[in-house]
This record gives sequence, C-alpha cells and structure tokens, in this order.
Amino acid sequence: MGGTAVNAQFASVDYADIQGIVRFAHAHLTDASYLLLKVADPHAARAWLRDAPVTNAVGSSPLPANALQLGFSAPGLRALGVPHSVLTQFSLEFLSGIAGDADRSRRLGDVGANSPQNWTWGTVDRAPHLVAALFAAAGTLERFAATLRTDAFERAFDRIAELDTFNLDGVEQFGFTDGISQPEVDWQRQRRLRGDKPSYSNVVSLGEFLLGYPNEYDRYTERPLLNPGGINDLLPAAEDDPSKRDLGRNGTYLVLRDLRQDVRQFWSFAKTTELASAFVGRRQNGDPLVPVAETSQNLFTYDSDPQGVRCPFGAHIRRANPRNGDFPRAPSGPVGTALAMLGLQKAGFHDDLTSSVRFHRILRRGREYGPKLEPAQATLPAPADDPPRGLRFVGLGANISRQFEFLQNAWLASADFNGLIGESDPILGNREPGPHGLPTDAFVMNRANAARTCVNAVPQFVTVTGGAYFFLPSLRALQYFSRAGEEETP
Amino acid sequence: MTPQAAFFVLAPIRNDKVDELLALLETMNAAPGHADPHNALVPFGEFDRLHFARLCILRDQTIGDVAAYGLPPPSYPLYLAFLGDVDESAETFLTELAARAAPGLARLFSHCEGFEPGTDVFAWMKRHAAPAAAWYANWKGRTMLQIREEAALREAMEKYLDDNAGAVAWATPVELHAMLRHYLSAEIAAARLTMTPDPPTHLGWWISNAVASVAPVLFAVLLSPLLAVLAVVLLVLVRIHEISDPVICPDVDRKHRETIATTEDRDVTNVFSALGTLKPGAVRRTVGFFGLLLLNYACQHVYTRGRLARVRTIHFARWVWIDGKRRLAFMSNYDGSLESYMDDFINKAGFGLNFVFSNGIGYPKTRWLLADGCKDEQKFENFLYRHQIYTQVWYNAHSGYTAVDLQRNAGIRAGLDSRALNEKQARAWAALL
Repeated sequence: MGGTAVNAQFASVDYADIQGIVRFAHAHLTDASYLLLKVADPHAARAWLRDAPVTNAVGSSPLPANALQLGFSAPGLRALGVPHSVLTQFSLEFLSGIAGDADRSRRLGDVGANSPQNWTWGTVDRAPHLVAALFAAAGTLERFAATLRTDAFERAFDRIAELDTFNLDGVEQFGFTDGISQPEVDWQRQRRLRGDKPSYSNVVSLGEFLLGYPNEYDRYTERPLLNPGGINDLLPAAEDDPSKRDLGRNGTYLVLRDLRQDVRQFWSFAKTTELASAFVGRRQNGDPLVPVAETSQNLFTYDSDPQGVRCPFGAHIRRANPRNGDFPRAPSGPVGTALAMLGLQKAGFHDDLTSSVRFHRILRRGREYGPKLEPAQATLPAPADDPPRGLRFVGLGANISRQFEFLQNAWLASADFNGLIGESDPILGNREPGPHGLPTDAFVMNRANAARTCVNAVPQFVTVTGGAYFFLPSLRALQYFSRAGEEETP
Repeated sequence: MTPQAAFFVLAPIRNDKVDELLALLETMNAAPGHADPHNALVPFGEFDRLHFARLCILRDQTIGDVAAYGLPPPSYPLYLAFLGDVDESAETFLTELAARAAPGLARLFSHCEGFEPGTDVFAWMKRHAAPAAAWYANWKGRTMLQIREEAALREAMEKYLDDNAGAVAWATPVELHAMLRHYLSAEIAAARLTMTPDPPTHLGWWISNAVASVAPVLFAVLLSPLLAVLAVVLLVLVRIHEISDPVICPDVDRKHRETIATTEDRDVTNVFSALGTLKPGAVRRTVGFFGLLLLNYACQHVYTRGRLARVRTIHFARWVWIDGKRRLAFMSNYDGSLESYMDDFINKAGFGLNFVFSNGIGYPKTRWLLADGCKDEQKFENFLYRHQIYTQVWYNAHSGYTAVDLQRNAGIRAGLDSRALNEKQARAWAALL
C-alpha cells in the first residue's frame, strides 16, 4: 500500500472496467433517480448483481439510451458477505459512514437542523446498503426501471427510498448555472506528479478520482489489496504491488448528500441578483465575478482579485475551490523557492491561509429535484402544497476524508476560512453559532477604496436531509462482490 | 514587549492511582477533553496571563516499537504532564498558580510519586519541571491582555461600521481611519474600551535574547568548516540508516482515533499531544538533538511573527525530551480540524517535519533527511494518529479566535494607534476590517 509510482510505462486506462459516471455526467440522459436499497436476500442480491447491466465508461456513439450505476455502503458490502478482512481495508470514514458518529457530524456541519437525527434517510434502519442510480432519456425512466426490476431484484432488495430528480437543464434551484467547476481528470496519465505545483491547474491526476492509480502525492491511495487465488483472481493485479489483487482499482468512493434548498427564503433574503450573485460568486448565467478566459467559465483564478473586491472571499465558489497552487505566488529561482518554502519571503495577510487545491478536488455528479421556481415567483407566499426542492449532491473521489470531508469542513462550514470571521458558506452554511455563541451568519463584501459592507443574520438556505458514503466499484470488483459471499476466499 | 513563556511539569503517576486520577481529571471538564474554566481544582479562567494549559497522561502505545531494532521493550513510568503557555515568566505564573490553586493541584499531584500530604506545591512543580527542547509561540510578545483588548476593539469597530453603514459607505480608507480613531478615543474616554500601551521590554530579557540570537550564528560561522564536515558526515550516515530503518505505519486503530476525535472540533482551535521513541544509535541521537536545537533557534529568533515556516495555524507548540532523550513529546495548539492540520504540515512544512520527526521510530521513509517522509501522506497520517495521545483536560483562554484572527485584531489596533496613515497604508488597514 502507498508505494511510489516508479514505473514509467503505465498501462492505459481500461474504460470498460470503470463505471460510466466517473467519466461522464450522462447529461443527455435528462431523467434520473436514485434507488436506495437494502439487501433482503444476499443470495438473490448476488445473483442480480452478476447480471446487472451496469454502464461502463467506454465512449459510445450513439450515446447510450440509459445508464445504471451501482454504489455500496459498508453495511451493504457486509450484507453481501464480503469478508471482514477485506472490508476493514476500506477507508475509515467509509466504514464509519457519513453519519457514523457525532464527531464526524460536527466536523461536517451536520448539527442543528442538519443533524442526522432529522434526516429522512441515511441513519439507523434507513441507512442504505446500496444505491442504484438510474439515468434515462426524457420520458423513458420508468420503462428502464421496469427492466431492472426482475424477480431476482424484488427478492433481493428492500427499498428504503427512491430519490427522484427534476431536469433543470444545468441550472440549480436558486437559479444559477451549475456544474461548471469540474476538475479535468488526467485520463491519459500524462501528468508529472513529482515536485511542487506552484500554480493552480485544473488538471488533476487520475488517482484522485480512481483507486489504484497514483494520486497528487504520487502515491497509491490505500484500498483493499487481496492475496491471489479463487475469486480474487477476478481482480487485476495492483500496479504498486503486483503480488496482490486490487479490489479498489477502477473504483472510487461516492458521497451522496440530499440538500433541500429553500428557494423562497433565498430570494426573499437576497432580494437583488447582485447579492445573490455575491453569495454564489457567479452571475446566474454562470459567469464568475472575476475576469475569465473567453473560452471557458472554468478557466480563471482569483489572482486578479487579491482583496476579494470583485468576488467576496466568502462566496460559495471561492470557498469550494479557492483555485490556488502550492504557493501563494509562484516562486522564481532556487533561492526564491527556498525562501518561499521556509516562509521567509514577504507575505500578504491572506498568503498561505488556504491549502493547495489539487489535494481537495471532487468530481460532482449531482442532480436537482423539485420543480423550478423562478426568482420572481420565489418572493410570493408559498402555496400549501409547495413541493420540496433541492440537490441530490453526488461527489466522487478516492479519499473521502481528504476530499469531500476536508472541503466540507475546512472550506465550506468553517467560520474562519481564509481569515474570515463569523461567516460560513453563504449557500450551504448551517449558521449554528460557534464557541461562546460567536456568530457564523455574517457575509462580508470588500470594496475597493472603501469600508467593507456586511450582511448580517443570513438565514440557513440549505438543509441536509440525508446522506451516505458508498464505494463505487469497478465492473470486475462488482463481479467479485457478486461472488464473495458464495465461495471460500483464500 | 512582554514575551511569553512556557511551563511543563512532568511526574510519574503511582501505579495504583491511574484510574483514580483519570476520574479526577474528568471532573475538571465541561465537555469531553475541554476544561471548565471555573472547575473546582484548577480554575484556569481566573488566571489573566494564561493562554493555554493541559493535563495529559502520557500513555504511549508505541513503546514496543523498539522491537523492530531487536531491542526489548523498555519500562518507562506512566507520566502526568501539566503544561501551559503564559505571559512573562513561568516562575511568576506558577507562584500565582500555587498561591491560588494549591489544594486542587495537591489533589491532582497526590496521584504522582513523591507527592505526600504537606508537600509544597510550588517547590514540587519546580522540581518536576521538564524544559522544552524547542518551543514556538505564534507571535512573540502578544499577551493575553492585548488579545482581550484587541478582540473587544475589533468587535466595537465592526459594530460601529454596521451601525453607521450609511455614513461610512462613501468614506475613503483615510477618512474611515480618522472616523474610527475618533470613535475609539471617545470609547476610551467613556471607559468602554481600554488600550493598554505595550510596556517596555525588560532590559535583562532584551540583552539575553540578543545574545541568544547572535551568539549561535557567530559560533556557527567560526566553526563553519568543522560544522560543514560534520553535517556532510551526518547526512551520509543518516542516508545509510534511512535505507534500512523500519517503517511502522499500520492502518489507523479506529477506536483510538475515534476516542481522540470526541475532543476535537468543539472550538476553532484544537489540542494535539503525541509521543514517540527516538531511533536507537548515536547518529539519530545526534541529528535529533541538533535538529531540535536548530528548530528552537528558528522559533525564538526567526519565526516570531505569525508563521512557523508557512504554517499560520499554530498558537503554541513544544518538543520535550523525556526519559533521558530516549523519548520525545510533541504538544501543540492549532486552528482547524486535524485533517487540515495534517495538510498544513505535509504541504507547507514537510521538510521541517521530516527533519525533526524522522528520527522517531517508524516514521515513513525519508530521503536525505528532508525529502519524501510525510509526502507519503497516508502513511504519515497513520504514523501520527498512532502516536497521538488523548489529552484529558485542555484549556484555551481565547477560545473562538484563530491565530489569524488575533493577528488581524492586532493589525486593526496598530493602524488605529497611528495618528495618520497614507493612502496605501490606509487601504491595507481597511482591508482588515
């Protein structure tokens, strides 16, 4: 585990072994739902899994008419009969679960209204064993779902919940174009991983998003490695230790988090698109508040706005991705680099307050739910049968604690991100007071040549209503799971 | 300037008294691991010059790691550590502490060897003092008085800005500075705010600090040919050891990690305590010794203004030799979660971390002392989590404020202390508000 990637001749990536969702958002499949299931009959479940038409990451033309992706929670793998010795090699946070203990919940900001005890699913008897994510072309989701519900399926699983989605054409419920900031995955394995990366780059190593490949530290993230023999030979050899079979390779972790958005509250409070845009850090059409390359709304950094005058330091997208490299400014020459490393060069107030971003990226694959509510209607009184709206947040990454949990804790929920005081993410913050009742519900906007303006008592706009950590296996690992409980493993 | 100081009392616990002591320590807390400032034993909250304090039982689950070198497991005493960071001198603080909390301290120390009824608490603490091999303070001379006054100052200024949003909206930074200065002097006159001027630095401290800052450099320059040879020889010897030194970083013990996590993230600042054994042999002993000497010099004379290398989240930290330099304790107070502390460590001060900690048994493999090591991120985290120990009682006098918050508050005050700022200075100052 954790060996250095030394081999220069890397094998190319086997897309046929990877679940499609890692590579594609399935955007053309506008209808989707997430089935949260519990294993009722392990034997039947394994039988269904053996033949489940799981979509791989091979690009096809024409595009597929539907897609199925499967993720398993730690209790799910246990229920399927995965041996204890294998299970314990998964990451601690996966084994513990998103709502596994009060300390994790505190770190994630899942307290107060966000507290797991209020969740509609994800805890105790409503903790899913697996998630089946179904994607289909407009109007065909039910037909696709029916093809999956074989007799074996009905015997195999109990249904905890079916999370429906609503196609808002790439716009999230508050009315902002979403999904723009995505890392560019180094599928070709071209990225040089040794040494510092002084400036921000949107290209991130494959190992950050798939297990079994070198990550940004040029190391293989820990995952179950098994001895050869028996059904373990369904799995590929580990690249960093060919004497072992790699259960993780081509798989990754999936965080599913149900976020209910109070659209009426948001627009009633923000009132203007200016303030709403400052909260988000983008205009509604997706343009960031700082200048951007003409070719892409995702090609920019905050170097042009060191004082947070155009885009507030606390704006959602500046928290979720501060877009900085390993150093606040790229050092020049060996002396400059040495001084920078030692922290001896002249530094600004904000220098080194945020971590290098490349270790904390995620792939986002979420979908909205609930019908659209235009900002103009959002300020009107709600009808009695106002449907819930929100986001089924899906984040993929090889290391939940360093990626999703770090991002959620140190950047989004933190009341002192980047030297701020008394704020939390303007979109996602739970506004729960800090120690000694210190507030976390402010939002400061700096202005050039003038005093900052501050919005106080920002209400909670988004409430967490469910969540779970899943392992998204490779197709070969799926075959392994479908047999693990049936046979003796070496 | 009034520089800060540190105290560290270390005493073996009587074998039959460990559980009793644990139960007693528990009574001092308001939340898991977090002291009630007004607890009956040591009411930390009553001591104006105390920044941080902790009581910690040094239970080291890695003592047996010497087996990797073919050595039998040594038997060390189980210690109680009582440590803190204060203004002025440790001696002054401990005198005050003994005067006001002697009965509570006596109850705690009665669980330790050599403390009998009637033992003088102050003298006993002095006798059991363990000096730090290296000690870091985020900002030299930032006293608790200053921290309190500046926190109140910032709060008042923020309130003024909010209450007078209309009037300040179009003020330039220079005008804003004048307005807030005017408001501040009115608040001071009305005795709602106090801005105690920084007292002159004690001459004795100033002289000894100047000597301590210059002498090692002169010494190093004079002996540079010898030191250079020594350094090269040591480095080569270290390189030879690095190749064969065993790495002991097993998967995290879930229960151990989760037990410590119960105390974490209840404040913006967290406590960290860890313990480990030095690798056997003269080479590691020498490198470890000189490494901490150098680190301490850097802490005392280079990193005195808000950053340790590039890390800005550490309030206080110390490295203490115990058991005749065979084991090392590391104790710190840091901002943010443990995961972000690790990130800071690895990505902003990795070389320094390797330099000091790679002399400990089991550390991830380094290359030429400074490279690799902690860059093997997960192994390093496993190593650290395993060496981390539970801190039974922790007190933070400025709970809720990060080191950067304190730096910001001081910056706001410094600006207001100036009669007038030019446009550029005023802009930089206004950006702190």
